[in-house]
Amino acid sequence: MTLLLLAVNACLINNVVLSQFLGICSFLGVSKKRDTATGMGMALTFVLTLSSFVCGVIYHFLLIPFGLEYLKTIVFILIVAALVQFVEMFLKKFAKALYDALGIYLPLITTNCAVLGVALINVQKNYSILTGTVYGFATAIGYTIAIIILANIREKMVDNDVPGPFRGFPIVMITAALMSIAFFGFSALK
Amino acid sequence: MKLKKNSPVERLWNGIFVENPVFVLVLGTCPTLATTTSAINAIGMGLSTTVILALSNLIISALRKIIPDRMRMPAYIVVIASFVTMVDFLMEGFTPALYASLGIYIPLIVVNCIIMGRAEAYAGKEPVIPSFFDGLGMGIGFTIAIFFIASIREIIGAGTWFGIQVMPSGYVPVNIFVLAPGAFLVYAFLVAVMNKLKIGAGRKPKKEWDPTEKICGDCLSCMKLGICDEKPETCSESPAQTIARTKGTVEEAVAGSAGAQSSAAEGAVSEKKEETKS
Repeated sequence: MTLLLLAVNACLINNVVLSQFLGICSFLGVSKKRDTATGMGMALTFVLTLSSFVCGVIYHFLLIPFGLEYLKTIVFILIVAALVQFVEMFLKKFAKALYDALGIYLPLITTNCAVLGVALINVQKNYSILTGTVYGFATAIGYTIAIIILANIREKMVDNDVPGPFRGFPIVMITAALMSIAFFGFSALK
Repeated sequence: MKLKKNSPVERLWNGIFVENPVFVLVLGTCPTLATTTSAINAIGMGLSTTVILALSNLIISALRKIIPDRMRMPAYIVVIASFVTMVDFLMEGFTPALYASLGIYIPLIVVNCIIMGRAEAYAGKEPVIPSFFDGLGMGIGFTIAIFFIASIREIIGAGTWFGIQVMPSGYVPVNIFVLAPGAFLVYAFLVAVMNKLKIGAGRKPKKEWDPTEKICGDCLSCMKLGICDEKPETCSESPAQTIARTKGTVEEAVAGSAGAQSSAAEGAVSEKKEETKS
C-alpha cells in the first residue's frame, strides 16, 4: 500500500517534469509528434526502471560495505552510461523488434537528468532496492504521461495562429506551464 | 566592436552575450527552471556551475591530445563528475543552508547540457587558456541569466529580493510565480521578449525559429552543438537524425523518426541521398 502511494505520488503529484523539472530537454525536444513522444516515453520507462534497480544494488552491496558513498555521483553516471550501451547491444542482438521501436531514443537517455536524478533521490531518501525500483518506474510513467499530453497538444497547435515572438519555444513553455497548473490538482490526492 | 578571436575577452563576451547559454542557445533548461525560486539560490547554482564549467574545460582541454577520440565521452563524464563531487562536498561543508535548498540539483550538474556541450564543442579542440575563459564566460552568462529569472520570480512571487522585503507592505505576493508553473511562464516570456527584440532590430529570425529544434532532444545530444558549429546546415535536423547521422545511418533515422523532422530537413536529407546515389 505504501508502495502504491509512493507510485501515485511520483507519477502524478510530484510529476518529474512538471514539478521537479528533471528531463526538461527531452520533454521539449522530442515532443513534436505523438509517435516519437510515445517511443521516448517507453524507452525511458525501460531504462529508468532498470537503472534504478542496478544503481540500488550497486549502492547497497558495493558502495556501502566499502564505505565509498562519496563516489556515488561518478559511479551512478557511469552505470547509467554503460547500462544504456549494454541495453542497446542486447536489444539489437536478441530483440530486434523492440530495438527498432526504441533504439533511436536510447542514446538520448544516457544523460537524461531524470535517470541520474532518480538514482540520487533514491539514495537521499534511503529507499530500499524494491522501493527505489518502484519509484523509478512510477517516475518514468509520470514522464510518459506528461510528454504524450504535450505532444498531443503540440500537434493540435500547429494550425493555431500564435503571435510572432511566441512561436516555437515560448509557446511550448507556456503550454507546459498550463499543464503544470493542471497537475497541481492532483495534490488533493495526498 | 571587433575582438581578436579566441582571446580571453572575446570568449567572455561570447559566453555572456553572443552565445548566452540560457537565452540564445537554450541549454541547461533543467537548472534554469528548478533553481530560480529565489535570487540567492540562483547565485549559488550559477557560481557552482561556473566553477565546474571553467575547471572541467581547463582539464579537458589540457588532456585533449591524450584522450582517444572514441573514449572521449566517458572521459569527459569522469572529469566533470569529479569536479561536481568536489563542489558538492565543499558546498555541503561551507554553505549548508544553500546546499539544503539546492538539494539534488548540485550533483545533477553532471548532466547539465552546457558543460558537456562546451566540452564537446570547444574545449575538446582548442588550447587551454581560451577553453578556460570560454567556460568562465559561459558560466557567467548562465549565472546572470538565471539570476535575472530568479529576481523576477522572487520579487513577484514573494515580494522579497535576497530575502529582503522590497515590495510595499500592502502587496499580496502572487504565489504561483515561485511554484513550478511560474518558472515555465517567466522563462517563456523572457525568450519571447528576446525574439521580439530580434524582430524589432530588423534581424528577422528564420521563419520557423525554434530553439527546441536546435537543441538536443536531450542532454547528450548537446553534442549537436559541436556539429552545428562546424556545419550550420545540419541545425535543422532532429536530434534523432543527428545521432543516426553521426553513426552514419541516415536512412535508418529517416525511417525511424519519419515524423520528427521538418519538411526542410527532409528535403536536405533526400538531397544528400540523391547525391550519394549519383
